[in-house]
Amino acid sequence: MKDMFIQGNEACALGAINAGARFFAGYPISPVNELSEFCSRELPKLGGIFIQMEDEIGGLAAVIGASLGGMKAFTATSGPGFSLMQENLGFAVMAEVPCVLISVQRYGLCTGVATKPGQQDIMQARWGTHGDHPIIALVPSTVQECFDLTVQAFNLSERFSSPVLVLTDAALAHLRERVIIKDEGELNIINRKTPSVSPEEYLPYSPDVNGIPTLAPYGGRHILRVTGLFHDERGFSTSNPEKCRKLLERLHSKILNHQKELPPPKYYGKDGAEIILISYGISARSAREAAERGIKKGINMGMINLQTVWPFPEEHIMNLCDQAEKIFVVELNMGQITGEVQKIFKGKAEVMPILRYDTNVITPSEILDKIESVVK
Amino acid sequence: MQGIPDSYSDYIAWEQLPHLWCAGCGHGIILKGIILALGELDIPPHKALLATGIGCSGRAGDYIACHRFQGTHGRTLAFATGIAAAQPDLTIIAFMGDGDAGAIGGNHLIHAARRNINITAVISNNFNYGMTGGQFSPLTPENSITSTSRSGKSESIMDICSIAAEAGANYVAKTTVYHVRELHKFLKEAISTKGFSLVEVISPCPTYYGRYNKIGNSPEMLNWLKETALPLEKFQSLSHEEKQKFFWRGKLVQRSREDFLNKYKKQQSAMK
Ligand code: SF4
Repeated sequence: MKDMFIQGNEACALGAINAGARFFAGYPISPVNELSEFCSRELPKLGGIFIQMEDEIGGLAAVIGASLGGMKAFTATSGPGFSLMQENLGFAVMAEVPCVLISVQRYGLCTGVATKPGQQDIMQARWGTHGDHPIIALVPSTVQECFDLTVQAFNLSERFSSPVLVLTDAALAHLRERVIIKDEGELNIINRKTPSVSPEEYLPYSPDVNGIPTLAPYGGRHILRVTGLFHDERGFSTSNPEKCRKLLERLHSKILNHQKELPPPKYYGKDGAEIILISYGISARSAREAAERGIKKGINMGMINLQTVWPFPEEHIMNLCDQAEKIFVVELNMGQITGEVQKIFKGKAEVMPILRYDTNVITPSEILDKIESVVK
Repeated sequence: MQGIPDSYSDYIAWEQLPHLWCAGCGHGIILKGIILALGELDIPPHKALLATGIGCSGRAGDYIACHRFQGTHGRTLAFATGIAAAQPDLTIIAFMGDGDAGAIGGNHLIHAARRNINITAVISNNFNYGMTGGQFSPLTPENSITSTSRSGKSESIMDICSIAAEAGANYVAKTTVYHVRELHKFLKEAISTKGFSLVEVISPCPTYYGRYNKIGNSPEMLNWLKETALPLEKFQSLSHEEKQKFFWRGKLVQRSREDFLNKYKKQQSAMK
């Protein structure tokens, strides 16, 4: 256990390494570079490998390859690179490859403003790759959570045999805070299953009771067949309608039936509050401060800090907003999560956005002013 | 299987046959060449991985009993870069089509060769995208008729072997499925090479390229390959105009530049 004063990018890298990751491949992009540079220095000391690929497409491809070779592997990028990775993110979902992708969100669409924060890639994380698919995405809001949730991201990726996203932003990535870093031995680490049958009986995509396949690493006697095409349990491609439907349903149910295992939201404030703030990532810090100030002023309010953004934690939110009359969603975009919250409340409570999308982070006073103007 | 040596039979997923390739397609001949080379080099199925791309050739992985990887279009070598890093003792054959390796995957090919990843790239060059209906690829000869160049391909041909050689590959050779002994020899040499090796194999697609360009069916296409693929030295002695009518075959490069992983590990341990 170490007491450290580091930035979000470094905390994510340390989380990955202490979770057992020994392979990183990526492509330089702001505002992620401290993370990749950290990996290029630290991984070799542990017998690991860092490869700077020719582009982000290749970065995630190499990560997937290394994971299928038995290593815990990850990449990190930002908006434009995240766009390029969507192709192989879909592959990782389809082929059920454990791996972690950290996306440090920067401002705006296209090349945006490279060094400023945003939370505009939340929906891209959900739907960026084509085809129906599930995805797990975690959203740290402190440097400590950058470490903790990256460790969890690896555990979940191994547990669910799936890619897991960690979404930070340019402000959190460069924010320095005091953090407690647990060593590999002090952490609860989950590793993927190994085959329990003989090589002759082995079927890589035959699911266990939880719907999870057993991907033996390449190079062993258990023959691994992987394809991005719809495939049967042996890993050979198929277009059989029944097999395609079953595989697509299993890809979803293996995660959606076990949502309880995903990091639940944190709640601050009064139980049964009438006014609830929902936020995540860097914005959650301001939202939490706004809630604390509001409570001091006598407003009956609370704040939900999401840790998992996908799959959307509907049940948790419904329970925490049991008595809520007004719900405010705070985010650095034009209302991506606001829409999700509106969907689940459907008029049962008033859902209002508090948004900022001008390259700056939102402040507690802005949030409180908005609330007070509505609540009076 | 009767009459087939064990070394060959062990690599085939017999239950998956018949394959989906058209009669007269060259992909099977190349796949057989790869399998024979693995058998002769005593590389057992579980120590070999066939990584393919997308397209007709990409389906090769459905017929083999060794490890199989099929990625997204053009990305085979990038995926294989990660696999090779995690499993340095695995023999990795990246079997790709001309569109896959030369167009969408061209950048990855240059950098896999430059980085000198320990992989053997085998490019089945049938001058078109067969799976999608016979469109031209960068490797299609100029003026060829394809489904997207009905009046002849205006763009010039891309010499993928020269590109790989310039980029730093340790072994580069080219032949055709007609020259099957040479094909086996090149594949064995390439697989035995440490670092990046590449074998381009000109292969008939009678369904599209042969038909559109009035070369004929499979036997005519094989004869066409026999007559148009000249040994490298002979090809080089031709005038620029004459070169347009022929292909070369032979070995372009054989060297022993240190491969990526060895160099990386050495440098990193020197740092510690
Ligand atoms: S379309 Fe051409 S490349 Fe594809 S299987 Fe048929 S002959 Fe082979």
